[in-house]
Amino acid sequence: MTKAPNAPSRRAAALEASRARALSRKPFQSMIHGATQSLPFLLVMVPFGMLFGVVATAAGFDLAQVMGFTVLVLAGASQFTAVQLLSDHAPIWLVILSSLAVNLRMAMYSASLVPWLGGASQPARAAVAYSLIDQTYALSIDYFQNTPKLSFAQRLGYFAGAAVVMCGAWMVFSFIGATVGRAIPESVPLDFAVPITFLAMIAPALRSLPHAAAATVAVIVSLLLAGLPAGVGPMIAAVLAMLTGAATETWIVRRHGGRA
Amino acid sequence: MTYSSAEIWFTIIVLGLGTFLLRYSFLGAIGNRQMPEWFLRMLRYTAVAVLPALAAPLVLWPAATHGQPDPARLAAAAATVVAGTATRNTLAAILAGAATLLIGLYLS
Repeated sequence: MTKAPNAPSRRAAALEASRARALSRKPFQSMIHGATQSLPFLLVMVPFGMLFGVVATAAGFDLAQVMGFTVLVLAGASQFTAVQLLSDHAPIWLVILSSLAVNLRMAMYSASLVPWLGGASQPARAAVAYSLIDQTYALSIDYFQNTPKLSFAQRLGYFAGAAVVMCGAWMVFSFIGATVGRAIPESVPLDFAVPITFLAMIAPALRSLPHAAAATVAVIVSLLLAGLPAGVGPMIAAVLAMLTGAATETWIVRRHGGRA
Repeated sequence: MTYSSAEIWFTIIVLGLGTFLLRYSFLGAIGNRQMPEWFLRMLRYTAVAVLPALAAPLVLWPAATHGQPDPARLAAAAATVVAGTATRNTLAAILAGAATLLIGLYLS
């Protein structure tokens, strides 16, 4: 830390300027901003969506069923879980329970958006709920937390822009995967798009000790419980990891003299 | 598959409804109410708790290699985490992981 002693203040000034820009945007401009900031995620949604179309079609689902999953469920990891378990001839109730367990995190996302969007209208909250996927959540919550003074209209606009780009891409490319996906050579390792995406989404947060502790517990417990039915182990691991993150944060706050 | 079309559509519709209700739960029912500090503190760690838990078994025991640990995929996962932590950039992390995977699979 010997070089550029003024770098932190310059960074703070840049952050302040970007907050001022965010606050001055009209709702429609916020939407464009959300859509633009979602574009890098297309590198994820495009192969991931195509992968679902390809995998589900290969498992024997027809085009309407593939699109039924994609439009009505709109949740990648649970769609893959359902297709996998149906291919394994699991009982229907187990398929539904396991796939819903994978989606339990959505309830946590829903809860963490309440401070930011809880005051929006009923239809707006229903629309947000429908398009609440890992990527729209991760991008929006980061934006809301960095610029706490946004209006409801600006927050909804930003979320809508992100949702149209990312959910739209998911649907379009599932369709493409289901129709033309068989042309992709089998040597292309599309399967690994899923874990790489998940890891890339959380890696930037790992420099903070509570986040790193939470992620470590998540990985260890999930691997230890891998023998349980699909989706159950990760769910237990996630709850323990959240407790770990919160406890570590509490410990750090106390050690630094009780300031939050 | 051994399921009828009706069984598959039943699964899709119930899964879709259930997933929507999970997403709508707090936003829809609780609305504007203030939530306790300890609860909000736990929620900060949702993504960093759930996503690694889902990814870890997929990394260590990939379905593509019939559950056998694969050096190329392990290296790709490590590269994703290292690049993402170093650059704080999701896209850089994805590119690093994809490049490592392709090189690793080419070499093996």
